Amino acid sequence: MSVAVTSTPPVTHRRFEPAIVGAIVYREWRVFRRVWFSTAFGSIVEPIVFFIGFGFGFGALISEVAGLSYFEFMATGTIAIGILFSALFPGLINGYTRRAEKHLYDGQLAAPVSVAELVAGESLWNGLRVAVVAVVTLFVALAFGVRMGPGVVLVPAIAVFTGFGLSATGAAFAAKLRSWHGVDIIIGAVVAPMLVVAGTFFPLDGLPRWAELVGRANPLYHCVELLRGAVFGFTGFGQTMLHVAALSVFNLLAWLVAVRLVRRALID
Amino acid sequence: MSSVPAVRLRDVVKRFGALTAVDHLDLEVPRGVCFGLLGPNGAGKSTTMRLLTGQAVADSGHVEVLGHELPGASREARSVSGVVPQVDNLDAELTVAENLEVFARLQRIPRAERDAAVRRGLEVARLVDRADTPAAALSGGMRRRLLIARGLIHGPQLVLLDEPTVGLDPQIRQQLWSTIAEIRSSGVTVLMSTHYIEEAERLCDEVAIMHAGRVVASGPPRDLITRSVGREVLEVAGTPTALADIEAAANAGGLRTRRSGTTVAVLDAERLDGQDWAQGDRRAPTLEDVFVVLTGEEMA
Ligand SMILES: Nc1ncnc2c1ncn2[C@@H]1O[C@H](COP(=O)(O)OP(=O)(O)OP(=O)(O)O)[C@@H](O)[C@H]1O
Ligand SMILES: [Mg+2]
Repeated sequence: MSVAVTSTPPVTHRRFEPAIVGAIVYREWRVFRRVWFSTAFGSIVEPIVFFIGFGFGFGALISEVAGLSYFEFMATGTIAIGILFSALFPGLINGYTRRAEKHLYDGQLAAPVSVAELVAGESLWNGLRVAVVAVVTLFVALAFGVRMGPGVVLVPAIAVFTGFGLSATGAAFAAKLRSWHGVDIIIGAVVAPMLVVAGTFFPLDGLPRWAELVGRANPLYHCVELLRGAVFGFTGFGQTMLHVAALSVFNLLAWLVAVRLVRRALID
Repeated sequence: MSSVPAVRLRDVVKRFGALTAVDHLDLEVPRGVCFGLLGPNGAGKSTTMRLLTGQAVADSGHVEVLGHELPGASREARSVSGVVPQVDNLDAELTVAENLEVFARLQRIPRAERDAAVRRGLEVARLVDRADTPAAALSGGMRRRLLIARGLIHGPQLVLLDEPTVGLDPQIRQQLWSTIAEIRSSGVTVLMSTHYIEEAERLCDEVAIMHAGRVVASGPPRDLITRSVGREVLEVAGTPTALADIEAAANAGGLRTRRSGTTVAVLDAERLDGQDWAQGDRRAPTLEDVFVVLTGEEMA
């Protein structure tokens, strides 16, 4: 056996090292290569269920919403819901099990990895994975006859951009979780309102004023608006930039809060 | 650079709420040695290790690893030291080779050297033919070896081994001992914690005995033993009353005794000359005798 030193470690140490974020993403990719089928399968089945249930169910009652057919409206809402579920839950569930049960982070943080890079890497990965989910959902929508404009190519980018912050939000909650029981509270108090008050299945305009305001603070609302713009045509530059700005602020805040809470949970 | 010790702790305090896990600890580990932190459960060994990787931050005091002051320069410290944790934290979702490769990347081993590093790691772990086995499917001894190889992947100057053989059967423990001895003889400084006396005596050039967050004695094991409990121990068995008499006689003669179960150990027994009560087995003293004498408590 030889344990002799042969490699020279890099001498420069930046506070935030993209190569480390890349290594975290790479780790996720290696796992994904083996389990991609279940992810892909889930992201095909879920929209089909929603399209049939809500699309045909409500579509029979409502002809048009915000200038779109109800089916078109809820199809884009379904993409957003896929983004929400597929980013926030892995952020939450992995964040908890990897810390409290698998001690994975303890191992990684013994290498020159910072919590900021760790959270960024996992959130970025979930964003990328969610882009796949969004594209699969798009294809299902296409199969159901939803017409799409050229802006549809922006959907993966919107998915990554929203998925990052949602995954970081999950990681932030995971850092506060003391046991699995807390998950019920998070689903009830955070996920359910985020899912519904976002203009996913019905527009915010019809809601009471306070609920509408809550909806406008919901990152998923800005996500779904961008998705509708991308798929069916953007309505205005200023409005679009406002959604982009809102999501940027959300991403930054979610990441900063997650880093702070995860650091507190992992470093004694 | 080589005059800088591998580890230097000065007056380090680490509290968890009301509990003081590390209590004004002073410790200096020279380069190139195998240094043992010996102490019972809860002595503060793991907490001390975590202070050296920035995974715990001291409330006060000075922590330095290979010349890098922590927690500020913990990233620099972690890139020249390797960790083998007490709690198994292998990546169960990855294969053996992937575990090594991910750490090669986290340690920023240049792309051109990465494959060679992984291959070397597989050899260190003696898992070359198990490279594609999921880590979750390895036996306890294999997992330990992989943890060690992972900690060495970047050719660190210092390895922190926290209870490297805990929970393993004797044969595998022997194997790991020879691995640790090889690491040390390749010039890497080893700081290991253990509560196995024999392990510390066999492997370590120097030991520090920890108790309740403090170092109560340190030095090369033989010196420490001779200094604290002499060169010979007389072990006498008997009834509780007989043992009490022996303790009284020995103490009257200025010798220290240690009671465990049905025997009394008389320390510094080489100073006895043929007293009629002094009948029993003579044995070499151990670090355990040192621990008991210094703390008044049994190790386990
Ligand atoms: N994160 C933590 N929160 C609260 N208390 C802690 C924490 N980590 C350690 N402790 C406490 O600090 C003390 C020292 O623990 P530590 O794990 O350092 O001991 P040890 O010498 O490694 O013991 P062992 O041989 O059992 O591994 C113990 O009383 C332990 O309960
Ligand atoms: Mg310990």
